Amino acid sequence: MLGYLKQEFAGREGPATPQATGAESPVVASLEKIDRRRFLQLTGAAGVFAVALRVLPAEAMEPYPTGAAGMPNGTVADPHVFVAIAEDGTVTIVAHRSEMGTGSRTSLPMVVADELEADWARVRVVQAPGDEPRYGNQDTDGSRSLRHFVQPMRQCGAALRAMLEAAAAAEWGVDPGRVRAVDHEVVLLGDTSRRLGYGALAAAAMAQPVPPFDSLRFKPESEFRYIGKGEIAIVDLRDITTGTASFGADPRLPGMKVAVVARPPVVGGTVKSYDASETLKLPGVERVVEIAGSTPPAKFAPLGGIAVVADNTWTALQGRNRLRIEWDDGPNGGYDSTAFEAAMRETARKPGKAIRTQGDPEAAFAAAERVVSAEYYQPHMIHAPMEPPVAIASVTADRAEVWAPVQSPYGTRQDVAELLGLPIEAVTVNVTLLGGGFGRKSKCDYVQEAALVSKAVGAPVKLQWTREDEIRHGFYHTTSVERIEAAIDGAGKVSGWRHRSVAPSILSTFAPDSGYQFPIEHGMGFVDMPFDIPNVACENGQAMAHTRIGWFRAVSNLPRAFAVQSFVGELAYALGRDPKEMLLELIGPARVIDPAAAGMPEDFWNYGEPYESFPIDTGRLRGVVELAAEKAGWGKALPEREGLGIAAHRSFVSYIASVVHVKVGEDGTISVPEVTTAVDCGFCINPERVASQMEGAAVMGMTLALHSAVTYARGRVEQSNFYDYEMARMDRYPGKVGVHIVEHPFSVHASGVGEPGLPPFAPALANAIFAATGKRLRDLPFGERIA
Amino acid sequence: MIELTVNGEARSHAGDPAMPLLWYLRDSLGLTGAKYGCGVGLCGACTVHLEGDAVRACLVSVADAAGKSVVTVEGLDPAGDHPVQQAWRNLNVPQCGFCQTGQIMQAAALVARNPAASDEEITEAMSGNICRCGCYQRIHAAVRQVVGGA
Repeated sequence: MLGYLKQEFAGREGPATPQATGAESPVVASLEKIDRRRFLQLTGAAGVFAVALRVLPAEAMEPYPTGAAGMPNGTVADPHVFVAIAEDGTVTIVAHRSEMGTGSRTSLPMVVADELEADWARVRVVQAPGDEPRYGNQDTDGSRSLRHFVQPMRQCGAALRAMLEAAAAAEWGVDPGRVRAVDHEVVLLGDTSRRLGYGALAAAAMAQPVPPFDSLRFKPESEFRYIGKGEIAIVDLRDITTGTASFGADPRLPGMKVAVVARPPVVGGTVKSYDASETLKLPGVERVVEIAGSTPPAKFAPLGGIAVVADNTWTALQGRNRLRIEWDDGPNGGYDSTAFEAAMRETARKPGKAIRTQGDPEAAFAAAERVVSAEYYQPHMIHAPMEPPVAIASVTADRAEVWAPVQSPYGTRQDVAELLGLPIEAVTVNVTLLGGGFGRKSKCDYVQEAALVSKAVGAPVKLQWTREDEIRHGFYHTTSVERIEAAIDGAGKVSGWRHRSVAPSILSTFAPDSGYQFPIEHGMGFVDMPFDIPNVACENGQAMAHTRIGWFRAVSNLPRAFAVQSFVGELAYALGRDPKEMLLELIGPARVIDPAAAGMPEDFWNYGEPYESFPIDTGRLRGVVELAAEKAGWGKALPEREGLGIAAHRSFVSYIASVVHVKVGEDGTISVPEVTTAVDCGFCINPERVASQMEGAAVMGMTLALHSAVTYARGRVEQSNFYDYEMARMDRYPGKVGVHIVEHPFSVHASGVGEPGLPPFAPALANAIFAATGKRLRDLPFGERIA
Repeated sequence: MIELTVNGEARSHAGDPAMPLLWYLRDSLGLTGAKYGCGVGLCGACTVHLEGDAVRACLVSVADAAGKSVVTVEGLDPAGDHPVQQAWRNLNVPQCGFCQTGQIMQAAALVARNPAASDEEITEAMSGNICRCGCYQRIHAAVRQVVGGA
């Protein structure tokens, strides 16, 4: 099992706003810290990233445990695995995580290069194939790439630097303490005439024993050249801008065919009968191939259907249009998302399975002076990466080779080997760039389809999904009703909290469906609710899955943050409080929460991380609230029908707060001129890519909040392309996203970035709309305009 | 047989005249800079220039392009250093990068036609191109850099 399922269940008081030196600069991120600050400015005119910083104090690298140890195949730090140095000094570094836009393919090699004292201009990055025993875990999801691999990559770079120094010392016959690697060469201290480049030392260095961790000298943070600076362009920047970057559909193999598949319109449906005679008359169509289907729980098995194989994509599509297929819809043919919503609401109004109980919530509600309650709804969503699923497979009797945009290259390799009955050594999975992932490309059904069709036709096959296929045949973000009730005591304090979560579980894709969610879902914004409330009940109501449920960027955090953070706004209104002050009061004093004392379940899931390394620290949550509010000018006067809304959420062990500034036109049109996001992701390895993730999260958040709904009638997805599954475009995107990053030393552990920017946006927008208009929106999506 | 010019080279097509230019470029010519994103002209990932105008290659058939000049991102600048491409690099615009060639071709057509495009004109011209990663802020800034706005 992949990704989330692989893991066992197991303050800032800031100085004034930094002034960007170029007021014209459109893209600004800032780094914040108590007694020093630096800011990074992407100065377009100069074409470089200018960074002003004050030097951090030197600090040793203290190792700390992460959840990487619990991931399949853990971590690897061996320089022989990750680095090769050519005679000309070119340093080749392996990127073993998939690149889907977060920048990990740049940032992790950058960490190696920095510790290695390599000149980034002489570094080349190559992509690893799926091979976890060699590289360590490659599941690129859960916002884990930097969080789990910054330590091994530092170790890898520092070890190879020591090996280069040892080789130079041996060459010169001196004590290794007398030499030092600096900027792609090793020098003899005190004798500047003695120096050897990395290329000249490479062979001897690689023959040195790899020194153990304890013997390594790590660079003090003040000596980092690249880490923490945000001055490195992404490694694929030139190729992307010239069209030479290779995505999933781009490799060309000799004799390659193109296939598209007609899949059952209902999950679990099957082909009753089909007629391909018109298809086969089309010149260029070579074969039709029936693919066996599956009914959940079937992990990532293909949905089945009829594949049309042709000599080009257009012909394959034309051929698919000519198929006559009669489907048996199977057990999900009655799925109707409107009726399902009503049923979930009913369930949420009744007691559910107790997941977290703190204090005596029943007594708190019985004694309450008043009770505030609200219900929040989120429909299914689909990922819609700009690159729909696509895979190329070349399968022979005893071998399979795949080229595909996959988040889980080794999981894909295992699945393809099992599917074809081949030993894993006989399967190669090459990873292309991913044209967006968002969780979709963790599920390799499209690769399995390509492998089956290639095997059937005896030729390399590119299997292309259309946009319609992507929207109608995916693994969907769950749909949910989150109902929250608060008991208010006589003093106007929140004395009790009851949260009922009702949603089909991702687990239904992997195991027989109980209708109940499991610890990983409980851990995402539900049982980890950090408020300082004495009596808490978190209950889970039953909801059976009727489609394929899968993880989508930020997963269950999306509906939970929407509900909890909207509800904070509702409480503020009910109690006549400022929303930011209400939020801070609920968070309570800065403290590290004791999960057991808070009544959290014994199997509380902390994003797979050891709690002692990544505890729930309410001080850091308060910190981002204060920072975002300050930078957004919280409390400032705004014109009629404009408002600010705030939301803060901890996910993927990072803390994010966003303030959304909304304008609601006279016709109800929603527009967002500005978003201010504060990020506390621990030690920040690449602030420029962190900023880009937050900028993007605001846009995806806007799409989610305004547009995103996959609905079902008669078991069929009703949407099909971007006209009815809309995306925020440049005429309706947050005009300016200001990103402010809390600065920490390495000892505050690097945490997730790819996903946590997304959850706060929708509730911050809902709270802003309430501030602007007095209308409270509880059902996603809101639409382009409010009534 | 359909004759056309692609990136300055004479090309011909003997297959289905209704084949969209996108599949001709990608499958027949191996020019993969134009991307498939939606197939119905809603996302702009396949944007190329036809006689200098930005068009969606998924909506233009090879027959529509007969006798005309097509430029793809591969032919935008011989060195890959068109001012729009440079601006994209200056601002480290892309995240995943998939839509960016279409964005760049859209922007290049805009700045050729309107070298002093206003902020509003940039937004209007670029709103047909979807970026799911959400790079719009930097895309807008990059185009603005080319037209001299910043």
